[in-house]
Amino acid sequence: MSTPTDPAVADSPKTASAGAFPDGSGVSGEPLLSVRGLKVHFPIRKGVLLQRVIGHVRAVDGVDLDVGRGMTYGLVGESGCGKSTLGKAVLRLVEPTAGTVRFNGADVGGQSPESMRRLRRHMQMIFQDPLASLNPRQSVESVLSEPLRTHGFAGNRSRRVRELLDLVGLPAGAAARYPHEFSGGQRQRVGIARAIALNPELIIADEPVSALDVSIQAQIVNLLEDLQDQLGLTYVVVAHDLAVVRHVSDVIGVMYLGALVEEAPSDELYAQPLHPYTIALMSAIPIPDPEVEERRRRILLTGDLPSPVDVPPGCRFHTRCPFRQPTRCAEESPDLREMRPGRKVACHWAEEIAAGTIRAAASAHDPTATEVGTPSS
Amino acid sequence: MSLSQAETVAVVPEETGGSLGREAWRRLRRNPVAIAGAILVVLFVALALLAPWLAPYPPDKPVGQVTPTSIPGPSAEHWFGLDDLGRDEFTRVLWGARWSLIIGVVSLLLGMAGGFLLGLLAGAFGGWVDSVVMRLVDMVLSVPGLLFAIGIAAMLGSGLDAVMIAIAVVNVPIFARLLRGQMLAQRRSDYVLAATSVGVRRRRIVFGHILPNSLTPVIVQGTLTLATAIVDAAGLAFLGLSSNDPSIPEWGRMLADTQRYLSSAPLLAVFPGLAIVIAALGFTLLGESLREALDPKYRR
Repeated sequence: MSTPTDPAVADSPKTASAGAFPDGSGVSGEPLLSVRGLKVHFPIRKGVLLQRVIGHVRAVDGVDLDVGRGMTYGLVGESGCGKSTLGKAVLRLVEPTAGTVRFNGADVGGQSPESMRRLRRHMQMIFQDPLASLNPRQSVESVLSEPLRTHGFAGNRSRRVRELLDLVGLPAGAAARYPHEFSGGQRQRVGIARAIALNPELIIADEPVSALDVSIQAQIVNLLEDLQDQLGLTYVVVAHDLAVVRHVSDVIGVMYLGALVEEAPSDELYAQPLHPYTIALMSAIPIPDPEVEERRRRILLTGDLPSPVDVPPGCRFHTRCPFRQPTRCAEESPDLREMRPGRKVACHWAEEIAAGTIRAAASAHDPTATEVGTPSS
Repeated sequence: MSLSQAETVAVVPEETGGSLGREAWRRLRRNPVAIAGAILVVLFVALALLAPWLAPYPPDKPVGQVTPTSIPGPSAEHWFGLDDLGRDEFTRVLWGARWSLIIGVVSLLLGMAGGFLLGLLAGAFGGWVDSVVMRLVDMVLSVPGLLFAIGIAAMLGSGLDAVMIAIAVVNVPIFARLLRGQMLAQRRSDYVLAATSVGVRRRRIVFGHILPNSLTPVIVQGTLTLATAIVDAAGLAFLGLSSNDPSIPEWGRMLADTQRYLSSAPLLAVFPGLAIVIAALGFTLLGESLREALDPKYRR
């Protein structure tokens, strides 16, 4: 059977999008994914019979981002900063409270259930815990053929399943096996195979390697990169591991307490972080050179991550910021602004910090370090 | 469970693999408690099914002479002796197993079916459907089970149907709450999210993913409920809420009937009492070890 007769293959992402969105938007230079003002607030209820809403967990609190076709957008931040929720809200696996998500020009939030179901074909997810993301009662064959069946794949399903297994580097014999019979890395390969089964354009990978052994992580990261090259995928990679994100991402967004605080091309972000939070994050990465490591200046953040129920007024980072200033920080919420082309930062004082005219407060950094500023570039 | 036991369990499943069910079966076979429970259950069911052929005498006709003061005890002809009406006690205990099994199974199936429907509704739809169903369940559960069963049986008038319906109604909320809780937990799991993100339809998600992964505790609960159903049926019969027909040998009723002769023929209370205990014990042991075998916490 020749490949072009397979509908799922012939119906390539590009043609599918052109057909699905006849206005032609999104086909040219527009970003594949465009998120504006996205908010996900979870109500906190109290009471048995008449449940009153007593507050909101502001998991995602107004995020704008654009992801170009074929790119990898890395989303980093502490656990609990809302990065996973953001990923799920983009796919509408969690219903957003406000904001818009445009995928290929189509408003994801405005889709009817059935058209949403069809749209899902083009945007898939890879989960953090590969075991939890697989139904324990489903054989791999069933896991992988389910998306094909759901979307009326007309070709030979079991042939396609074997093709998928081959793509993710699993033997054909894996099809008859059950999730608990695999190792963590193999399970994640099954999860990846499911995600690419429908030839999607966008894949949101939620901590794709953090549940795996370090030795396996590199294999999975490489697999994701190979698949991106072969299938022309666009990734949003959610992770807390800065090394993984740096390795795979073209653009990195740093999240803090439900909002983006900095966005920059991967290399530039690592070379010169602009937001105080990013500076602190970067200073925590050990450098594999004893001499440099010895002289490395570290900034230790004091205090805990504030509760997303009670987001600090003004700049959401000001309660922990080592560069906090007496004015503006506690009162005025900074917008994510473009400081220079390609570099967005949500800090009132980013220019001064970059220029070295504002230094970190003494109490907030490593006592052995005498001076903390921006790493010299 | 001791650590060493847990470890031996952990190693075994890896050898040959297979579906979850096969692994559970393997664990079950290695558990002596499960074997004991299974033997008791098989014995009980076999005796119940084969009672008409095994019983040496008719269950409803006097086969010997008795007076209220002299009730013959166990002998070679009558293993368990004669009851107060001169009937063979061994025969009646055997037939009693048959009635216990019928009442237990029918009331279990009715209760499970009702609970399954309500739990499925609540678990599949959530929202206000869930709230309504669960408040109903809370209401029923707030009344002690046996008391509630007595009330229903009394309302329906005595008879075997009344007993079965009463026990079933008491069990409906238990199954409903169990299934609903399981389904809600599964609904939030990653593989359900994954199925949603792949575009699987809602109905298929409920019946193909959520429900199959929610059934295990229901099956376990069913086994355990069979034990309580047998005890409850005996209890209701003891209170005179079961069939009025004295020719039906029902363990609870046999216990009640022999009360007056407790001093002269105490064994007449012991045999049906023991039978109830053994039957209930068998299902309880089997149910508990099923729970252990199927519980993912014991896996790995």
